[in-house]
Amino acid sequence: MDLENQKRIKDLTEKHRAENIIVVFGAAEGELTGLAAETVTVGDPTYAGCLTNVSLGLAVYHAVEPTFKAACQPDIYEEQIGMMEMILDVDDITNEITTIREEHSQFNK
Amino acid sequence: MAKAVLKGAGYSLIHTPNFLEHLGTTQTTELKTNPNSEYIKTLKQNLRSYEDVLNYLPNQVYIGNLHPDELKKYERPFCIAEYKNGTRYGQFGEIMPEDEFILLIKCADVFNLVLLEELFLNNTLEVYKKHPLTTENEIKQLEGKGSELTEIENAVNNGAEGIYFANKLVGCVKKAHDIDQNLSSHVMIENLIVKASATVALKHLLAQNKVDMESIGYLIECSEEACGDMNQRGGGNFAKAIAEMTGIKNAGGCDIRAFCAAPTHTLIHAASLVESGIYDHVVVVAGGASAKLGMNGRDHVKKGYPILEDVLGSFALLISKDDGVSPRIRTDIIGTHKVGTGSSPQVVIKSLVEEPLYRNNLKIKDVDKYSVEMQNPDLTSLAGAGDVPLANYKMIAALAVMNKEIERSDIMDFTEIHGMTGWAPTQGHIPSGVPYCGHLYNELTTNTNINRAMIIGKGSLFLARMTNLFDGISVVVERNTGQKESTSVSKEEIQKLIAEAMKDFASSLLGK
Repeated sequence: MDLENQKRIKDLTEKHRAENIIVVFGAAEGELTGLAAETVTVGDPTYAGCLTNVSLGLAVYHAVEPTFKAACQPDIYEEQIGMMEMILDVDDITNEITTIREEHSQFNK
Repeated sequence: MAKAVLKGAGYSLIHTPNFLEHLGTTQTTELKTNPNSEYIKTLKQNLRSYEDVLNYLPNQVYIGNLHPDELKKYERPFCIAEYKNGTRYGQFGEIMPEDEFILLIKCADVFNLVLLEELFLNNTLEVYKKHPLTTENEIKQLEGKGSELTEIENAVNNGAEGIYFANKLVGCVKKAHDIDQNLSSHVMIENLIVKASATVALKHLLAQNKVDMESIGYLIECSEEACGDMNQRGGGNFAKAIAEMTGIKNAGGCDIRAFCAAPTHTLIHAASLVESGIYDHVVVVAGGASAKLGMNGRDHVKKGYPILEDVLGSFALLISKDDGVSPRIRTDIIGTHKVGTGSSPQVVIKSLVEEPLYRNNLKIKDVDKYSVEMQNPDLTSLAGAGDVPLANYKMIAALAVMNKEIERSDIMDFTEIHGMTGWAPTQGHIPSGVPYCGHLYNELTTNTNINRAMIIGKGSLFLARMTNLFDGISVVVERNTGQKESTSVSKEEIQKLIAEAMKDFASSLLGK
């Protein structure tokens, strides 16, 4: 995950507390989603950013997974995300994000 | 007004494993934050040789020795392909080795900031003299200009940026100001690399003899670096510096910046300057991004492959007045991502593809080829970011589905027919839309079934922290029918226009 984004998420978490933060990803690949979700739960796996060895345990969701979709207004979801949902590997992304959430998120599962 | 045409394209890559190590931000960041990491320790053994880089299929597509469709015949990653026919020179340009390029960095320096060790300079110059595009002026700038190694070592100890070849210090770039960060040795080497690498592609374009150098009226540079000092960080002007270095004397020039989307923005600017009659020939040119070398290197190594982002990219396009043969640039079919468009991929692709085509009574499938962000999929897939061109083609296909042009089951067929496998290095602006221009020229000037293509540039503006807006622009390029466009207006049309104007005027008088 981009080093600056790590810093922003860390700062927001310190300001608002981890139980009040949900991270919604839009990455187009399951693997990339998994890496980013890992960064904000157990820490930066690349050991490059400020979340190295920092376990925030944040709640993680992806914009195309059914749980998130169900929480959205259908017409707006269709207008903004419907096309991407059509072409992304939703099952792969859902598996990745669900695994990380169930294993490492400490809040809002 | 007659449309401008895409008259020629030059492309070059420069193999730069030593610059990768010393200037690539992934490596320099890792060195600062995690100096004992396995990646840093094993970096050198994970770099490719020049021969490996020549035989890397996407690189041969970039310089025009292979058609993009050839890539479909090979399994991925391309770096494991048993391909041994790679050559240095191609139809569009070359893959230059690092030592010869280092000489060009010295040629690019007009403020005596670059020192090169005497033996290295002399030996490399003997090789470079055999290059088909070496100029007398370059030789004059280099001959007898070597420095003692101790002088270079002292300069590096005092803040100069080292230049390395085969893991040895062979030169340096000194800072251009004592305290100005924008003229620091690091910024100066990055900028001299832009200038020198752009010149390689431009010289290859000029060598195609499609234009008399004296008749080029303007150059626009569109890379992602900025040259200036502490009072004007991005003051410019790379374009004129590159023109001067290449010997183009009658041209003016300027720089255009728009992140990765800049080349397509610039292509449209250049076409507009030609179409309006201001200049007959405009060159769009860009050098390479040394900071992006090895950007995804950690992931490539982690997957058991060498570091594949080991080349700088550069290109030069010639945009000229209509010659009746070269592909026409349809400045009336331009898609613009507007400030109010929004940033979701869906609305972005609508603004760049659907809006301009439908406005001109064309369908999405009426465009034979889309040239999007043509990143070589090896570089991104191995880093977990997928196949970028394919993701773009799927989005365009999905848009066609939503508009009921094709069935959902036809999405993959659409990507196969209207798309291409990517081949360009992940150098930001380098893969964005324009890598196809050379091959596109060939397709649209020979007997192929390609008659219309769309060049799409996209950019992530948030990186500059000025706005969260997305950016993108697109333009259609078509086969030249050789017919002149009608520029005259008939007597009947003039009468009709006058009548409508009189009617409007009368209405305004009556207060309607």
